[in-house]
Amino acid sequence: MAAREIRLAVTPEDRRIAALAALAAGLSLAEAALPSPIPGVKPGLANIVILLVMLRYGFATAIWVMTIRLLAASLMLGSFLSPGFWLAAAGAAASMSMLYVVWHLPGRWFGPVSFSVAMAFAHVCGQLVLAKLWLFASADITLLMPIFALAALVFGTANGLIVARLIAGDGLPRAQSAHV
Amino acid sequence: MNSLKGLLKPGDLLVLACACLLTAGFFVHAWNKPAGSAIVVRAQGKVMVRAALERDADYAVQGTLGVSRIEVRQGRARVAADPGPRQVCVKQGWVSRAGEAALCLANQVSLEIGGGERAFDTVTY
Repeated sequence: MAAREIRLAVTPEDRRIAALAALAAGLSLAEAALPSPIPGVKPGLANIVILLVMLRYGFATAIWVMTIRLLAASLMLGSFLSPGFWLAAAGAAASMSMLYVVWHLPGRWFGPVSFSVAMAFAHVCGQLVLAKLWLFASADITLLMPIFALAALVFGTANGLIVARLIAGDGLPRAQSAHV
Repeated sequence: MNSLKGLLKPGDLLVLACACLLTAGFFVHAWNKPAGSAIVVRAQGKVMVRAALERDADYAVQGTLGVSRIEVRQGRARVAADPGPRQVCVKQGWVSRAGEAALCLANQVSLEIGGGERAFDTVTY
């Protein structure tokens, strides 16, 4: 019996998504090595990639990169399907939904910093809601909220400034709308 | 390094201001716990006194070093005197919010304010 070769057609778009997702997953891995005083408080450097992808290629590509990043990073860290994975997934879903909403703000007035801060707050919010509903139903999350909000504020602003710096004067075309 | 000016748009400042307000709001909310309704005094982990915070009273509790005196006045409570060397719990002063506590570690005495949930003070049939 002759060996049959199965060839999947790989478009340039696929290659691009794979490369960007690998970049984002790499950043997730790198920051997992950083010590954190409280589990869940981390810079969220992968959001820099997500935002750049959003600005350059639009929402559909950003969703792909985010999803693959989430799966790849969790497989490499060994957290796939663990509570931490679901918390990250809830945060990712919330922040992508937020990105979809804030993307419609007028670009003349709102830039990457707005997007990044809004995403960071949505991420924290999604995580805490899932944590409250599922993991620590009895815990008083009102004590965690200020700490997570402060982290979202600081890291969201920093990531947004990095994105703004990276796209400043690069002359690359910007994706115009959030419509998939 | 470029100045921040080129990187921030007017709306970004608005978003940042809102985010700061939200964060500050969470901090205020977390610290402004509801007023407590009862005190619980423990010595070596055992509950020695459980009383309403509304009634002014004085309690003397025997710890490992000596007697700690607890005062309840106008809905607040404090450790008025303690034989411990560092007097941390005495210097802490009045506590009144649910979950607050004054710990006299050396004497192994603790004063804790009971939560917003009100304990029964009377039961009638």
